Amino acid sequence: MTDYNFAYLDEQTKRMIRRAILKGLAIPGYQVPFASREMPMPYGWGTGGVQVSAATLTPDDILKVIDQGADDTTNAVSIRKFFEKTADVDTTTVTSEASVIQTRHRIPEEKLTEDQILVYQVPIPEPLRFLEPRETETRKMHALEEYGLMHVKLYEDISRHGHIATSYAYPVKVEGRYVMDPSPIPKFDNPKMEMAAIQLFGAGREQRIYALPPYTKVVSLDFDDHPFDPSKAPHTCSLCGARDSYLDEVIVDDEGGRMFVCSDTDYCESRRAMAVEDVA
Amino acid sequence: MTPLLDVQTVSKHYGSQIGCADVTFKLYPGEVMGIVGESGSGKSTLLNCLAGHLPPDTGQIIFDTRVDGPRDTLTMSEPERRMLGRTDWAFVHQHARDGLRMGVSAGGNIGERLMAVGARHYGDIRDQAIDWLGRVEISETRVDDRPTTFSGGMQQRLQIARNLVTGPRLVFMDEPTGGLDVSVQARLLDLLRGLVRDMGLSAIIVTHDLAVVRLLADRLMVMKDGYVVETGLTDQVLDDPQHAYTQLLVSSVLQV
Repeated sequence: MTDYNFAYLDEQTKRMIRRAILKGLAIPGYQVPFASREMPMPYGWGTGGVQVSAATLTPDDILKVIDQGADDTTNAVSIRKFFEKTADVDTTTVTSEASVIQTRHRIPEEKLTEDQILVYQVPIPEPLRFLEPRETETRKMHALEEYGLMHVKLYEDISRHGHIATSYAYPVKVEGRYVMDPSPIPKFDNPKMEMAAIQLFGAGREQRIYALPPYTKVVSLDFDDHPFDPSKAPHTCSLCGARDSYLDEVIVDDEGGRMFVCSDTDYCESRRAMAVEDVA
Repeated sequence: MTPLLDVQTVSKHYGSQIGCADVTFKLYPGEVMGIVGESGSGKSTLLNCLAGHLPPDTGQIIFDTRVDGPRDTLTMSEPERRMLGRTDWAFVHQHARDGLRMGVSAGGNIGERLMAVGARHYGDIRDQAIDWLGRVEISETRVDDRPTTFSGGMQQRLQIARNLVTGPRLVFMDEPTGGLDVSVQARLLDLLRGLVRDMGLSAIIVTHDLAVVRLLADRLMVMKDGYVVETGLTDQVLDDPQHAYTQLLVSSVLQV
């Protein structure tokens, strides 16, 4: 095949990462430190997610990689190629066919099943980071469940904008215990996190792994008088007509013309394919 | 009557240096205790030990908790101690910047302790924040401004509001008027005296400014080189100092 060990990382490293993953699954939402390796890509391009995927993949797995919901963007294409080359696994763009899905900034629209693993790329795993810069202090706050500060951030949002303006990386509380950063997914995706699939989060530069076992309770933080609102653009997809999917705004000319399309390309394409079949 | 705070033989050493040694006193509810002394006399070390910021080497600090009665705060678990730190205790730093979140609006600063103890209603939190801004004489219109846009005196008043919003019973103050000009100091002292009397607070005030303790403190403790050299009622100690160092301290104050 190639000169690489299966899925690039050596066996001892994968073992170390699996151990971190298992610990993460045992304590949902807890950030487990791990010895992140140098990967052949820059930090910020998904080194954490790639390491978690590498430790999770088996030769029989079918891999799907998405970036902002799309299968055809640079990040998604290069990570898919990376694993095609180093692990020789089959890849797909169809959500339902994949057994491991690595994602950046989105959860697929299609409902995931118990046979699937969703791997997130995480830039900054610490939800309290921008409020409390000291790592020693944030760890203590997690340990002692002192999460008042998280609401200070939401308070600031409302006082400045009149509503909770945080629209991505919206903090959640996991199983009534740990407050977790769901990675920069839009808050529209937050309710989907209570799902059947295993969710793993890898932050390469920050050297943290955390996880959500299937059907874990995930609650988005809010105020009694300003409840959580998983909002999206108030439009339908211009290509497939979907009303229920998260939309990207695309500028189409320099005269203010724009269109809204599904950010999940696989969802959009499969809907359009079905529509064609119906007509035929 | 049970003392609110019962301090017994508290000592703290920094290597072979004495931080503070053998400090014993009782503080009763509603009482304000002043600690004076020159720089390096161990006042701040003692205050930090009492407030749980520094672990003393020996001694007991027994606090009369609301639920369980008198308990030694040094043998408490850390979550319990930190809970005390944001409910029944308050700590006013000398520099407001140490006690405030400078990147968060005034309202958020005041609301933080409320949210830390479980308040989850934005409207209520904001109303309380505005109420407290009024009590410390800051205009309601500044509620969404960051403390960086406030003057030194306003920052200090905001820090006090932020600390008192949860209705603590014991306030630790480390030179609350340090670094402020005299007219601002006077207003702040006035405000503090009003709040302490109205809320029935107990307080421990560390300062080197004798005027501050004269105005605020019921009792006074004079420290030198880590040891308490004289204690007594404020007026008694200031008007009839017994220890040579206290006499020096009192006579050093400039008479205008």
